Amino acid sequence: MVMDPDRESGEKAAEKSDMRPGMLVRRHRLSTRLWHGFNALLLYILFTSGLGIFNAHPRLYWGQAGANFDPAWLTLDRFPGWITLPGHYSLTLSRHWHLAAAPIFAFALLAYMLWSLGNGHIARDLSLRRSDLSPRHIWQDVKDHARLRFPTGAAALRYNILQKGSYILVIFGLLPLIILTGLTMSPGMNAAWPWLLDLFGGRQSARSIHFLTAFSLIAFFLVHMAMVLLAGPFNEIRAILTGRFRIPGHRP
Amino acid sequence: MTLTRRTLLLGATATLTGCDRLVRNETFREALFSAENFHKWSQRHLMVRDAMAREFHPDQISPIFRANGTANPNTPAYKALWRSGFADWRLSVRGLVERPLSLSLAQLHAMPHREQITRHDCVEGWSAIGKWRGVPLRILLEGARLRSSARYIVFHCADTMGNGQPYYESIDLDDAFHPQTILAFALNDRPLSVANGAPLRARVERQLGYKQAKYLMGIEAVDTLSPIAGGKGGYWEDHAGYDWYAGI
Repeated sequence: MVMDPDRESGEKAAEKSDMRPGMLVRRHRLSTRLWHGFNALLLYILFTSGLGIFNAHPRLYWGQAGANFDPAWLTLDRFPGWITLPGHYSLTLSRHWHLAAAPIFAFALLAYMLWSLGNGHIARDLSLRRSDLSPRHIWQDVKDHARLRFPTGAAALRYNILQKGSYILVIFGLLPLIILTGLTMSPGMNAAWPWLLDLFGGRQSARSIHFLTAFSLIAFFLVHMAMVLLAGPFNEIRAILTGRFRIPGHRP
Repeated sequence: MTLTRRTLLLGATATLTGCDRLVRNETFREALFSAENFHKWSQRHLMVRDAMAREFHPDQISPIFRANGTANPNTPAYKALWRSGFADWRLSVRGLVERPLSLSLAQLHAMPHREQITRHDCVEGWSAIGKWRGVPLRILLEGARLRSSARYIVFHCADTMGNGQPYYESIDLDDAFHPQTILAFALNDRPLSVANGAPLRARVERQLGYKQAKYLMGIEAVDTLSPIAGGKGGYWEDHAGYDWYAGI
């Protein structure tokens, strides 16, 4: 049996008493699934081409300016070809990939935010409730995560506080931050929107924050993948591709 | 299900090789490279025509202004000019103008100046702040009476790159008439050094470093860029596929 997603998704469905383990329900809406897949591809292109661009000058600075004679807070070797786009050093091609993917990524995020606001996804599934924020509840969730004890039954359809927190942080924190720091590196955008330089403390600070944010997203990606594997990769991957999710029963 | 580092590596390499193959497809390549048009269009619409690049305080000037690209043109003609302290050097202003000019360094010094402390952004990622003094390009273009058919200003340079091709760059009239677009003869209160483009270089402050042509010999007003050298409007644009619009 498959529930109608428009009336019965997320928490609302979870509140129904007839949700039993083993039942196949609609888990993720089409907008979420489309954006998720599109975003995964774009972030992959942006990360690998970004490393290719970084390789042209693998030093990071704080402040307005910074070049070889100035103190760098981080100096790295070039990233190897298996993780850069293209696979050989080409600042030109890395830039073309990066600057073509970046606006698509930014407008897709904006569209997803507006769409999710409109269809109630944010209010229903991501917004924090008073009960989510009680210290006891948070502590319980941390303990459950640490013991890899995942919710079963209808509770598996709700995002818990750590999930909500990390999705909110990524969608409304890290992704906008990486877009804005990217724009701050553009001399044309500095003339158009000079406040960007004041917000991030200069072009080289923005470049450093852009780099750190990219690796924060990689950290999120690794934890996200680990959780998918631990929670049951088949069911989770089916849910994000087709939207259908089997309500998990008790686990040993 | 075991995902070893090796499978991940193989997967990443396979996907990236696929991307590399895509780039060799002419249509895909053109689509990828056309992002430049979006960036130019959107930036030009987000800013007023004379939106200014950030200007900095004297205490923010980089201790050493990194020079990049050609460090010395080293051609016999350039060496002869340098030996005479650029007394015999002339800047030609030609092309689609009603009154072509030939200007000495002394004549440029006698014209109205602009001084600006701005950030130089290399396409590689680094930045350096320097104080430039020079003649606004607008003054030269008005003096030479630019024809209405002119659409671009081309900077011709004294340096030839590794393959014997002369360096050149070009900008459109939005940037040519921008108040911060100057032909600079001084950096940090000293005459321009050879490494930084003596005797004269362009400053186009809303674009990346490769647009800031050094060792200027002539500026030419044209209606199209395609007959010049490789036709893409600049040395790096022709030889390495850099974007002509370098605002990003």
